[in-house]
Amino acid sequence: MYDYTDFDAAFVAERNRQFRAQVERRIDGSLTEDEFKPLRLMNGLYLQLHAYMLRVAIPYGTLNSRQMRQLAYLAERWDKGYGHFTTRQNIQYNWPRLRDVPDMLDALAEVGMHAIQTSGNTIRNVTADHFAGAAADEVADPRPVAELLRQWSTDHPEFQFLPRKFKIAVTGSETDRAVIKAHDIGLQVVERAGQIGYRVLVGGGLGRTPMIGKVLNDFVRQEDLLPYIESVVSVWNLLGRRDNKFKSRIKITVHEHGIEEISRRVDAHFARIRPTFSGIDTALFERIKAAFAPPAFREASTGVFETARRTDPIFRAWSDTNLAPHRAPGYAIVQISLKAHGATPGDATAEQMRVMADLAERYGHDELRISHEQNVILPHVHKSDLPAIHASLKKHGLATANIGLVSDIIACPGMDYCALATARSIPVAQGIATRFEELKLEHDVGPLKIKISGCINACGHHHVGHIGILGLDRAGVENYQITLGGSGAEDATLGDRTGPGFAYDEIVPAIERIIRAYLAHRESRDETFLEAYRRLGLAPFKAALYEEAQVHAAE
Amino acid sequence: MPKAFTPKVITANALIEGDVVYFTEADDWTRHLAQAELLTDEADAQLRLLTAEAQADKVVGVYLADARAGENGPEPTHFREDFRRRGPSNYAHGKQEHHAPRP
Ligand code: HEM
Ligand code: SF4
Repeated sequence: MYDYTDFDAAFVAERNRQFRAQVERRIDGSLTEDEFKPLRLMNGLYLQLHAYMLRVAIPYGTLNSRQMRQLAYLAERWDKGYGHFTTRQNIQYNWPRLRDVPDMLDALAEVGMHAIQTSGNTIRNVTADHFAGAAADEVADPRPVAELLRQWSTDHPEFQFLPRKFKIAVTGSETDRAVIKAHDIGLQVVERAGQIGYRVLVGGGLGRTPMIGKVLNDFVRQEDLLPYIESVVSVWNLLGRRDNKFKSRIKITVHEHGIEEISRRVDAHFARIRPTFSGIDTALFERIKAAFAPPAFREASTGVFETARRTDPIFRAWSDTNLAPHRAPGYAIVQISLKAHGATPGDATAEQMRVMADLAERYGHDELRISHEQNVILPHVHKSDLPAIHASLKKHGLATANIGLVSDIIACPGMDYCALATARSIPVAQGIATRFEELKLEHDVGPLKIKISGCINACGHHHVGHIGILGLDRAGVENYQITLGGSGAEDATLGDRTGPGFAYDEIVPAIERIIRAYLAHRESRDETFLEAYRRLGLAPFKAALYEEAQVHAAE
Repeated sequence: MPKAFTPKVITANALIEGDVVYFTEADDWTRHLAQAELLTDEADAQLRLLTAEAQADKVVGVYLADARAGENGPEPTHFREDFRRRGPSNYAHGKQEHHAPRP
């Protein structure tokens, strides 16, 4: 794994020292809140509904066991014994006290972690495919380029006061597990005639005006990538609408000027700055790449695994849903669900974090990943170790066999924590998961992604959910709007609105009606919800949703 | 016609803990909405807001929130203030773990 340099460490230490002084001056009254707020936001510290919230970056979702244990330590020492993993490969602590935050940041720095650029109008944590370096379908590991972008963007003087936040995601596979089409810039590693390069998408994003990214350049060579990306951000920095927060993201700039005009401007800027890139970035990239060399995979029999699958139905169900194909023979990718039925999506207790750290250290080449779907991944596990891993996960409430199923829901914090929310999302996710657990239907339903946001900002990705739920405030009561048919994968689409929203106590039954309509209409068990929706369109689902509601209203 | 003034309480977050707090008649802060001062006069509310805002060493984000008179003191009229008063719904955290449930 990539280790930060002494320069990185000194930089973070200096930032933490400054922040400690700023917190002291806020508490003793020499800084007003107006002066202090931008300073705390620069260090990932928000004020939410009931408490402060510290957002810590997990670059490209990669962690080692020592880092995971430190996250557990923070949760226990300064928070309430748990942490919340988000859709942007961050961890959020929901209950820190202002005066403790400098200590938390110092503890993070001990393991090369920080909260820099997790807020503010800067280039945020660069995210990547959570199967990076392990996936069977991968062209190349996307993390070296993510790390290169992280180093380039951190404290980049030109990009600290952008029109708005800026998010970059990278995938190394044709299969998109990083939602690159819903990012300001999406990068896909591709190979053309034996040469590695990048497909560059621009202008995707969710929120108030959701848009799917467009291809800006089909192939950018490795040595041109940094100047090219710098050109994109520079062009937007100049053109981006600073007069209107709702029109400030690059998706609007691309929409208003057209992709051809943006492309022309980017090319012109690129031609100007390309000569100023000396090639040090390419040399650095090679060094970074070496740090991401795959671990030494071992060869061993997978007999124990096959036997366990034959003899233990619980293990079998878990291995059917929670494993993914690995590039190395005999290996698997393990997805640990943080979505036990009725639990808060994305939360892990300190104890659970330690269990996962131990498993990574013992069986997983010391690597962990956080997925944008709010789960934890052990990317490199030999199949012969799976029964032991499963047994340990089971003991700690981490063996829920539901990856990709109805109860594997993305839910933003919503109005239980978030100051911007218009409705709650967590209890809706809990309600749906609990209901389908009672019905024992979710394995029959098969792959289905439900995503919930507590406001129009769409942190829970609802637009790209197969079923999306958006919580709103309608005349002082919680109301939930449903979208259907969205996808955040390589076939990215925005969901269609079904019609009027549902009250808090109607939303779980409404989701159940949609899913029952799917079960009634699907051609066979092999036709997934999304496929059925694409074949049938909105009509049969809308009928199931609203006809029954009208019947109730008439009663 | 200007909108009629509806009763308010002054609320904020505590500077150190971030907890939701309410301004009392005694110019102090309480964690219980029921102990807050209910402001029924608009001009009075604006003055009280200025007094509350002056306590920037104790609180952040001071604002007027709608409330109504209940049997045991002010009650929220909007669900957001109800959640702020109670704490999150997924865990008994925040106020819920510090204070016994109130009627
Ligand atoms: C609780 C504190 C949070 C606050 C105050 C917050 C704030 C926001 C805001 C204001 C936006 C809209 C920005 C824009 O479109 O320009 C946004 C979008 C977003 N946030 Fe959050 N968020 C929070 C938590 C989260 C969490 C927990 C996640 C992950 C679960 C998340 C992930 C995202 C994502 C993925 C978007 C998508 C919109 C886009 O960039 O296209 N946020 N957030
Ligand atoms: S979608 Fe809205 S409610 Fe949910 S975390 Fe984002 S800003 Fe908060």
